[in-house]
Amino acid sequence: MRRRAVSGALYATPAAVLVGLFFVVPLLLVVWMSLHRWPLLGKPRFNAPDNYTAVADHALLSSAAWFTVRYTVLITLLLFVVAFGLALLVQNRRPGVGFFRTAFFLPMAVGFASASLLFLGLLSEEIGPVPLTGDSPALGSAVLLVLWRFAGFNMLILLTGLQAIPVDVYEAARIDGATRWQMFRRITVPLMRPTIALVLTMMITGSLLAFDQFWILTRGGPDNSTTSLVMVIYREAFVRLDLGSAAGISVVLLVLLAVVSSVQLAVLRRRSA
Amino acid sequence: MSRWSYYVTGTALAILFLFPLVWSGWASVRTDTGFGAENYARLFSSANGIRAVHVLNSLIVSALTVTGTLIVATLAGYAFGRFRFPGRDVLFLLTLAILMVPYATILIALYVLLGWLGLQDSLVGLSLVLIVFQLPFSVFMMRNSFEAVPIELEESARVDGCSSFGTLVRIMLPAVRPGLVTVGLFAFLTSWSEFFAPLILLNSTGKFTAILAVVNMRTASHGSIDYAALEAGVVFMAVPCLVLFAFMQRSYVRGFTSGALKG
Repeated sequence: MRRRAVSGALYATPAAVLVGLFFVVPLLLVVWMSLHRWPLLGKPRFNAPDNYTAVADHALLSSAAWFTVRYTVLITLLLFVVAFGLALLVQNRRPGVGFFRTAFFLPMAVGFASASLLFLGLLSEEIGPVPLTGDSPALGSAVLLVLWRFAGFNMLILLTGLQAIPVDVYEAARIDGATRWQMFRRITVPLMRPTIALVLTMMITGSLLAFDQFWILTRGGPDNSTTSLVMVIYREAFVRLDLGSAAGISVVLLVLLAVVSSVQLAVLRRRSA
Repeated sequence: MSRWSYYVTGTALAILFLFPLVWSGWASVRTDTGFGAENYARLFSSANGIRAVHVLNSLIVSALTVTGTLIVATLAGYAFGRFRFPGRDVLFLLTLAILMVPYATILIALYVLLGWLGLQDSLVGLSLVLIVFQLPFSVFMMRNSFEAVPIELEESARVDGCSSFGTLVRIMLPAVRPGLVTVGLFAFLTSWSEFFAPLILLNSTGKFTAILAVVNMRTASHGSIDYAALEAGVVFMAVPCLVLFAFMQRSYVRGFTSGALKG
């Protein structure tokens, strides 16, 4: 038994080394960096808490934070409704259901940056068949892009949750005379809670970290109106060459994401308790 | 839902989802005079377009990432699924915690760290980072795959005198094949198309991956954007992924539903 423990530990070693070196160390390093004036070139110098106090009166940052939060709420709501709708549509085995599932999931095979370029053309006035105009075409095109690319992926995850619900539970409810809506409210949603929590967390963290779509579709414009939080981090680091400030914003964002994730963990734990 | 409304809704939605893909293929071969490969020619020849070296860089990064992810995740999945050892649960939770700390927030630190390790502006450095961020999904998936293999299979091998490594190679690997396919495919799709990590970690245009080069055509252009050449770039990037996906879709979806979210 002793020997098996050693073998097990050996098999886990490569993963442990990689996780330690490229996850734990950078996690500590980003906090360390945020306490320093850390130019891209040159020696770092301790300056805490300057990077954090600067966060408070960074004009672009607050507008980016506000934009990112609005975008996150919008995307999470729309994407969840669409993905759940698709999952309900294709949950039963019927002729043609495999084709529908594949069609909805296929956009996931296209890289997100490529998909952003695709929609840049698709919604353009120059060559697009469906040019997007109106009050805020920038945000609208990002929303359409994300729905197209991620609805099928989330549908697939929700589908695994739907199919894990035993058929007899529905049978019993039907015999008791439950309506379809009651079954959805009282059986489907409660039993899917862990899956729903997982999907919502991925949507929220994914949108809070939005970068590719705005970098490619709008370049953050017009007038920085579609500049997301991660774009500000990028700009601090590689345009203003101030890695310390970028690290400070990263840490704030990390804390925010940790809160979202722990809410999800709480929801999951309540189920297993 | 009635049969009719099911088929009408499903078909209408399927057309909506497939339309952008079909359109980009069409737009990429559409020229002023009809149809042709001119957009592709411009994609590969314009000042900011892609070059063979960018495609090669992408292939190197993808090969390193897929191989590395498969090896590390298989060994770790075997360890977590079949062995008890000190620190097992902590390491497993730590690996899953990577999911909660998306890499966009620590890339700045990784940039500095890779510089210290002499891996700045390096395809190997980029691949290592991509492997790490594939690990939560891949390790979770492989652990579940190994756990699902009947214990009798393994015991009979042990009775026959197989070492634990011999058991892994001869008995377990064939049994966890769907999981391996899913993990490998996912690692390829991510590394081939990943944009943000290479944008941060690669600095010189000679090291650019293909997607960086294609996006560069859009961002480096002052004035008008060559949309048609961009769509050619989209098709060029998407076709390998779509082809692989078509071939592996069955085991991909099966691996996904049986392994990824069980337990």
